[in-house]
Amino acid sequence: MRTALRLGLGGSLLALCAGCRGWQSALDPQGPEARHLRHLIWLFTGVAALVWVLVMVVLFVAIRRRCLGSPEPVALTPPAERRATFAVGVASVATVIVLALLTAVSYRATGALGQDTEDAVNIRLRGYQWWWEATYLGPLSEATFVTANELHIPVGRPVTIDLSSDDVIHSFWVPNLAGKQDLIPGRDNRITITADHAGTYRGPCAEFCGLQHAHMSLFVIAEPPAEFDKWRDAQKQPAAAPGGDEQQAGQQIVTGTQCAACHTIRGTAAKGTVAPDLTHLASRFYLAAGELPMTRGSLAAWVADPQTIKPGNNMPQVPLTGDELRAVSAYLASLK
Amino acid sequence: MSEAGDAVDLVDSALADGILAARLAETWGTGRSLVAWLSTVDHKIVGRRYIVTAFIFLILGGVLALLMRAQLARPENRLLSADFYNQVFTMHGSNMMFLFAVPVMEAMAVYLVPLMVGTRNIAFPRLNAFSYWIYLAGGITLWTAFLLRVGPDVGWFAYVPLSGPQYGIGKRADIWAQMITFTEVSALAVAVEIVVTVFKQRAPGLSLGRMPLFVWSMLVTSFLIIVAMPAIVMASSSLILDRLVGTHFFNPAEGGDVLLYQHLFWFFGHPEVYIIFLPAVGMVSTILPTFARRPVFGYLALVLAVIAIGIFSFGLWVHHMFVTGLPRIGESFFTASSMVIAVPSGIQIFCWLATLWHGRPVLAAPMLFVLAFFATFVLGGLTGVMVASVPLDTQVHDTYFVVAHFHYVLIGGSVFPLLGGVYYWFPKLTGRMMSERCGRWVAGLVFVGFNLTFFPMHLLGLAGMPRRVYTYQPEMGWGGANLFISLSSLILAAGFLLFFIDALRSIRWGAPAGDNPWDAPSLEWATASPPPPYNFLHIPVVTSAYPLWTERETLPVTIGLRVERREVLVTTVAEARPEARETSPRNSIWPLLTALTTTVMLIWSIFSPWAVVWGSIPIGIALIGWFWPKGTPEDDA
Amino acid sequence: MRERMVLDLSQLPLHGEKSTSVTWWGTWSFILIEGTGFAIVIGMYLYLASLAPRWPIDAPPPSLGPGTGVLLVLLVSAVPNYLVMRWAQRDDLRRLRIGLVVMVLFGIAPLVLRAFEFPALHIKWDTNAYGSVTWLLLGLHTTHLITDLGETIVLMVLLFTRHGENKRRYGDLEDNALYWYFVIAAWVPIYAVLYWVPRL
Ligand code: HEA
Ligand code: HEA
Ligand code: HEC
Ligand code: CUA
Ligand SMILES: [Cu+2]
Repeated sequence: MRTALRLGLGGSLLALCAGCRGWQSALDPQGPEARHLRHLIWLFTGVAALVWVLVMVVLFVAIRRRCLGSPEPVALTPPAERRATFAVGVASVATVIVLALLTAVSYRATGALGQDTEDAVNIRLRGYQWWWEATYLGPLSEATFVTANELHIPVGRPVTIDLSSDDVIHSFWVPNLAGKQDLIPGRDNRITITADHAGTYRGPCAEFCGLQHAHMSLFVIAEPPAEFDKWRDAQKQPAAAPGGDEQQAGQQIVTGTQCAACHTIRGTAAKGTVAPDLTHLASRFYLAAGELPMTRGSLAAWVADPQTIKPGNNMPQVPLTGDELRAVSAYLASLK
Repeated sequence: MSEAGDAVDLVDSALADGILAARLAETWGTGRSLVAWLSTVDHKIVGRRYIVTAFIFLILGGVLALLMRAQLARPENRLLSADFYNQVFTMHGSNMMFLFAVPVMEAMAVYLVPLMVGTRNIAFPRLNAFSYWIYLAGGITLWTAFLLRVGPDVGWFAYVPLSGPQYGIGKRADIWAQMITFTEVSALAVAVEIVVTVFKQRAPGLSLGRMPLFVWSMLVTSFLIIVAMPAIVMASSSLILDRLVGTHFFNPAEGGDVLLYQHLFWFFGHPEVYIIFLPAVGMVSTILPTFARRPVFGYLALVLAVIAIGIFSFGLWVHHMFVTGLPRIGESFFTASSMVIAVPSGIQIFCWLATLWHGRPVLAAPMLFVLAFFATFVLGGLTGVMVASVPLDTQVHDTYFVVAHFHYVLIGGSVFPLLGGVYYWFPKLTGRMMSERCGRWVAGLVFVGFNLTFFPMHLLGLAGMPRRVYTYQPEMGWGGANLFISLSSLILAAGFLLFFIDALRSIRWGAPAGDNPWDAPSLEWATASPPPPYNFLHIPVVTSAYPLWTERETLPVTIGLRVERREVLVTTVAEARPEARETSPRNSIWPLLTALTTTVMLIWSIFSPWAVVWGSIPIGIALIGWFWPKGTPEDDA
Repeated sequence: MRERMVLDLSQLPLHGEKSTSVTWWGTWSFILIEGTGFAIVIGMYLYLASLAPRWPIDAPPPSLGPGTGVLLVLLVSAVPNYLVMRWAQRDDLRRLRIGLVVMVLFGIAPLVLRAFEFPALHIKWDTNAYGSVTWLLLGLHTTHLITDLGETIVLMVLLFTRHGENKRRYGDLEDNALYWYFVIAAWVPIYAVLYWVPRL
């Protein structure tokens, strides 16, 4: 049975090695916060493993050795009892010391996390059932532009994110960069993250928030400062004008039907505020908080039937003919 | 009933043993009719019902777990819908915590504590019957709602605003909150019974310093229940009020606060996990000496450890809220306090190891579960220490790492000792042994299945898998591990299945046990298996912490209790010196009627606040029926 | 197992009083449960107050009249309550009958005042969180008044029946009196919180 256990555990460890490295793993840090935390995780794991092994060894020996003595169950030998008292005492003191050290280490690690700095990029992130609204703030904390579900950040610069929510509790967690922090209605939280390397990091919503909690992901795209600036400048612009008849028709439908009641497309008549900003929709990599990759096909699929793709989400199915759908998806795909 | 006049004065010393037994059985017994069955207040019958019911809820909760595992076995699996999955995991958690783990421990105590302290019935036996019925009603309510597809879907702690008036649709969250009320009432009632039984009804000489450790654990547990449960009563009542009559406790727009709910819940919720754990500790401390063939090492240390854990457990609740953005300094305090609680836990482990080390361990089936407990609980406790670190927890909170932690402590720390306890006390309950061979298989299957199921969850958590997701994307790379876990959970389930088969089989066909098959030292083994309705022919007198080991030949007992009325001995709190002969109530149908009327009121109040007013009237009537003197011998002082 | 008799209990009293009786302990346990409940609601109140920029939220502090009246009535009721307890210990049925009638009246009086107390809060439960928590606190205490009144009435009726003259009844009366002390004692901090914290 023991070997079965070991084999099994080994197997599952192997299966997981894929997960240790990856775009959503606490063990694959890409920023200083997450790196601190990984040290901490390994340290605690090491201590825990040691303690566990020690306890198991003692247990094993204890049941293996058969203590001699009288057959009567109550007879105790005083010297043995004294030895046991001593051993238990030592172990208890050792426990206190180890725990005190772990507490101290943990406390120090807290201090090292999330230092605010002057030149930080500042973002306001709001959680909604089941998507994220990101507002990039200017130097005076004024809103400069709004986007959804994807954050771009410059490599090497700290980014402070103000977290809030209007509906239920969500939680911001991009494990490769930092630990998590909740978005709580009526409370304002803040977290600082820094990415050391360019890359795309994924963050699932980490507090149960209802039906589609499982499909509420956020992406952080860390890129070199120059690219980040380029991206930011592009995002500040209003939406691209439709190029061609089909896109024109698409725009008309989007701004003329229910879509506009919920979505904003800057530079058009669509000014809804209860749904993701679509101004630069097509510049994003994923659709609907990580549900689908951003392609024209998936845009069409989404608009045609959002409830099958992400059951229960807050976008209704808007009845459109096939032609209309084609036009809409063409237009949406042009919103780079 | 004055004709009973002189018969009432009949004292046990006047009768020969055989006749005495018959007369006592008549006084204390439960008839064979349906009404008698529904009216009984015998702690053993009620306790047995409680135990069986709780294990049925374990099976139901386990089946839900298997459903979840089936859904999670593959990425983007469409076996369960999001809505259904959310109900399933909420039901699994709520059912396991409120309908299985807490009640099963209380159930064991209801059965065992009066026997262990040497009395004839639990204190307030009618309240005890009531608490069982109300618990059953709560369980049925919850499961009926689930089968009607309106089961709660907000997680076992039902955070607002998700469960609040705006986002919690339909009556789902109300069902959850009301189920809490049911189980609270029953848990509080049992806690009071246990406290009073332990304080006042111990056999002469069973001073606090000789009390079996299981009794100590239950005493501390009961105090935890008494002090912790009011917090959740307030949390769930406020939630219902917010939903039903428009109060704003948790509505930030009107001065309420979302985190208030979390504080209230966890002020209860953290002690809750020790309410589940401490009785299991007591079982370990009881089983271990029997099979180590020596008294437990460090009795005093163990008692103090249990008390310390009980007290400290009220200072830890914020460790469930480390990522809510509370001030860092405050959070660090809760890291420290969570670490502190590991010290008494460690002391317990060390004392048990010392007991084994200097004992002559016999590895019978109950003992195997204790060994399994060691391996798993220590691991789970250590991951508890990990998540107690604020910064570390920010990475693993609400991931499968935490799921792994709490299954290690809940199953490894509580369910394993419980299974061991069932193997250990089964002969006492039924008069028959469970199969030793089956026991070994169960222990092996459950232990291996458990670890294969839950160990990989630590890694999944670190690899970024959040909990409470009904599915995940294939590109996350968690598919293999999840499949492995789901398959392993079948091994675990097979272990449980075998356990249930063995138990059912042994009731009928197990080898006859005799009074004390394990040569165990505590009082419950001094009487027949199963014990007669009056528990002990004569109340024993206790001269040591291990009465049946010190008194190997004959048991010192008392005489002088009356036969024709239900009489129990009341003793002093510390020394257990006899003080009075008190009556113990007769069987009564009113506890059941009270439970029924209460159930009507509670369910009705989900729909209308007026239910509280009108529904109270029948409850009042039932209570008057309950307490109105019936002129029985018990009522004549 | 064979037995040997070592202790004869037949001379023990048939009924214990105070800490010798199990119901006394039961009563204390319930007092502990409910006292914790009150403490938690007071905690909720103070917590919400500490979060609010101004407390009370959008309302004047409650008028003092009825609440103070309840306080006075309850404090005065401690006297007959004490007497009932004494008489119960002395098995004085005649006096107890009178005492219980008085206690029933003392149970009704605060409820009458309570009817004026709710309006004197100057806020409804569904206006804001301040209203919610004040109503909860007051409501919780009111249920205690009502349930204890109910119990007192039943005991009073019992005293006038053939079940009245019974050691056991007297024990119940003592426990009921003990509980009434608790209802009184609980009101003092609640009164302070409800009426004086908003005036701080
Ligand atoms: C039986 C139940 C049980 C028990 C006993 C414990 C025991 C402990 N738990 Fe656990 N816990 C739960 C049940 C339990 N827990 C549940 C159900 C949840 C999740 C709720 C939810 O979110 O759904 C939870 C969640 C939970 C959290 C929140 C995690 C999160 O949500 O992010 C934390 C954080 O501090 C924690 C800590 C601890 C600690 C420090 C202990 C300690 O008591 C452990 C102490 C024991 C040991 C440490 C082992 C023995 C000691 C030695 C051998 C001595 C040597 C040791 C050292 C030197 C370290 N638990
Ligand atoms: C004591 C409590 C307890 C117990 C025993 C269990 C037992 C199990 N739990 Fe449980 N679990 C919780 C308490 C418990 N759990 C809690 C509190 C949560 C959190 C909920 C929340 O987030 O709100 C949780 C959450 C939870 C999750 C996370 C869900 C999510 O976040 O999405 C998972 C996932 O795998 C899981 C799995 C299991 C498994 C496989 C078992 C297995 O051990 C089950 C094994 C038992 C059986 C399989 C029954 C076997 C019997 C039969 C098959 C017999 C059949 C029939 C007859 C005899 C007639 N549990
Ligand atoms: C009632 C409000 C509502 C209407 C009407 C509506 N949407 Fe949406 N839409 C939403 C919401 C809410 C989401 C976010 C869903 C989610 O991810 O959970 C969304 C998401 C989207 C997305 C994905 C956005 C992203 O960032 O990934 C697109 C594209 C979209 N809608 C297009 C449309 C179009 C086109 C129409 C009209 C035909 C439309 N919507 C009508 C509410 C609405
Ligand atoms: Cu948002 Cu979970
Ligand atoms: Cu806890």
